[in-house]
Amino acid sequence: MPSLGADMEVGTVLEWLVQPGAEVHRGDIVAVIDTAKAAVEVEVFDDGVVDEILVPVGKSVPVGTLLALLAPVGTSVPSPRTAAETAAPQHEAPPPGGEQVRVTSPIVRHLAHQRGVDLAALPGTGADGAVTRDDVERAVLPATPAAPAARTAPVRSSPYARRRAAELGVDLARLTGTGQGGTVTVADVEQAAPAVRTEAPAEPTPPSTPDRQSAMRDTIGRLMARSKREIPHYYLTTTVDLDRASSFLRETNRARPVPDRILPAALLLKAVALGCRDVPAMNGFWQDDGFVAADAVHLGVAVALRGGGLVTPAIHDADSLPLDELMARLRDLVGRTRAGRLRRAELTDGTITVTNLGDLGVESVHGVIYPPQVAIVGFGKVLDRPVAVDGLLGVRPTVTMTLAADHRVSDGIVGARFLTTVDRLLQRPETLLQGGCDDR
Amino acid sequence: MTADQAREAIAAALRQIAPEADLSEVDPDGDLREQLDLDSMDFLNLVVQLDSTTGVVISEDDYPALETLAGAVRLLVSRSSTGASA
Repeated sequence: MPSLGADMEVGTVLEWLVQPGAEVHRGDIVAVIDTAKAAVEVEVFDDGVVDEILVPVGKSVPVGTLLALLAPVGTSVPSPRTAAETAAPQHEAPPPGGEQVRVTSPIVRHLAHQRGVDLAALPGTGADGAVTRDDVERAVLPATPAAPAARTAPVRSSPYARRRAAELGVDLARLTGTGQGGTVTVADVEQAAPAVRTEAPAEPTPPSTPDRQSAMRDTIGRLMARSKREIPHYYLTTTVDLDRASSFLRETNRARPVPDRILPAALLLKAVALGCRDVPAMNGFWQDDGFVAADAVHLGVAVALRGGGLVTPAIHDADSLPLDELMARLRDLVGRTRAGRLRRAELTDGTITVTNLGDLGVESVHGVIYPPQVAIVGFGKVLDRPVAVDGLLGVRPTVTMTLAADHRVSDGIVGARFLTTVDRLLQRPETLLQGGCDDR
Repeated sequence: MTADQAREAIAAALRQIAPEADLSEVDPDGDLREQLDLDSMDFLNLVVQLDSTTGVVISEDDYPALETLAGAVRLLVSRSSTGASA
């Protein structure tokens, strides 16, 4: 079980994308892991043939647990397709993406999970029998689908609820769901469980029954507590005049079709990434009692999830991306983050993070550094503010930019230099357009 | 495009972006972004969707009109080829 972020302690296998007998190559995506924050695709690091799958779908194991065994390339491994060999013994209903993995998009998968719809039992009307969003939406409608009698229709419940039902010896089919669309929720299952368990408190003990939201809350809470405990933060603030940047964006976007337009956020991110080149003390990791400067700028972007929770996936090499591409990457990343589908490298490789709460209307945000990083930049709302322009009172769009940095790595003067650099870059927005590395 | 068609186009676009939102509860004259918790990325995606599904050209100068659901419907109706039923 890979570590998919400093805050991760356990993970659950959501899907196996390979079976025993399959040949894999370094970099191939072999499984999808649920980290409580996102479903993350993980790759294998060696070439080989899948020998044995040790952790089945639905099982939660600590980071570091062996998930599967690989045999050297060329080994002949029987590829059993019988139910006895694969799939988790604890499951009644087929786990999502069990043996037959039908292609479904991340958004559809996420929607199905949210609505408690069992994808594996849903007929798909898309290409190659793929399940589409409409298929999922229809499955959730109160009117029972014109499908077989209720007895054979799938009981709507989340994979987690099914697992709990199996653990507690509860027959899902006999429960009335109280969730959306009659979905059987974890709470329904637990209420129905026979009071045979030795400790059956009214409040389930946290380790045994976190639902996804509280698991995420715990994860974030632990990491933030650790950050505040271990990292001596210092804080700097500055207000940036965005007049030139705003005009630049307006002009640039005016000539562009909608899908090619650039958000102010992309400009801010590019400037921060370039700033990291000039002040490397902001960009790297605290490891083994020392600072290790990163050799690239992988910009973590704080993305709030609808329904609560925060994930900070990274845009790789943000400093050398042309602005257009950075914008495209940002859109893609935010989209996949909200669909709950990220890649391992996006969760683990961030070298510095930016948090932007401007859309909420707050003037500034002072971030908490994500260990093992050593700095976090915050942006508030772009506001028109009165400013002195050539001795006269003017009104300009401005944004309050903050820096929280690790005092073990740098002093205020270094942080100040970083913010000044970013500010200066934003005064010359046309220099942020191109990509590429220039040796300084 | 009629007002109903415009409303449906907007609803369809919003289903992609805010799938859990209940559009029947949106105050048509209230701030759309605030009611549906849309950030700038969501809003951009909304505009992209509307652009591709309705063919109406929406420029950044039009963004203020999209602040409310009623305003958005009006914009789409007035900008579509005839403003009458398609």
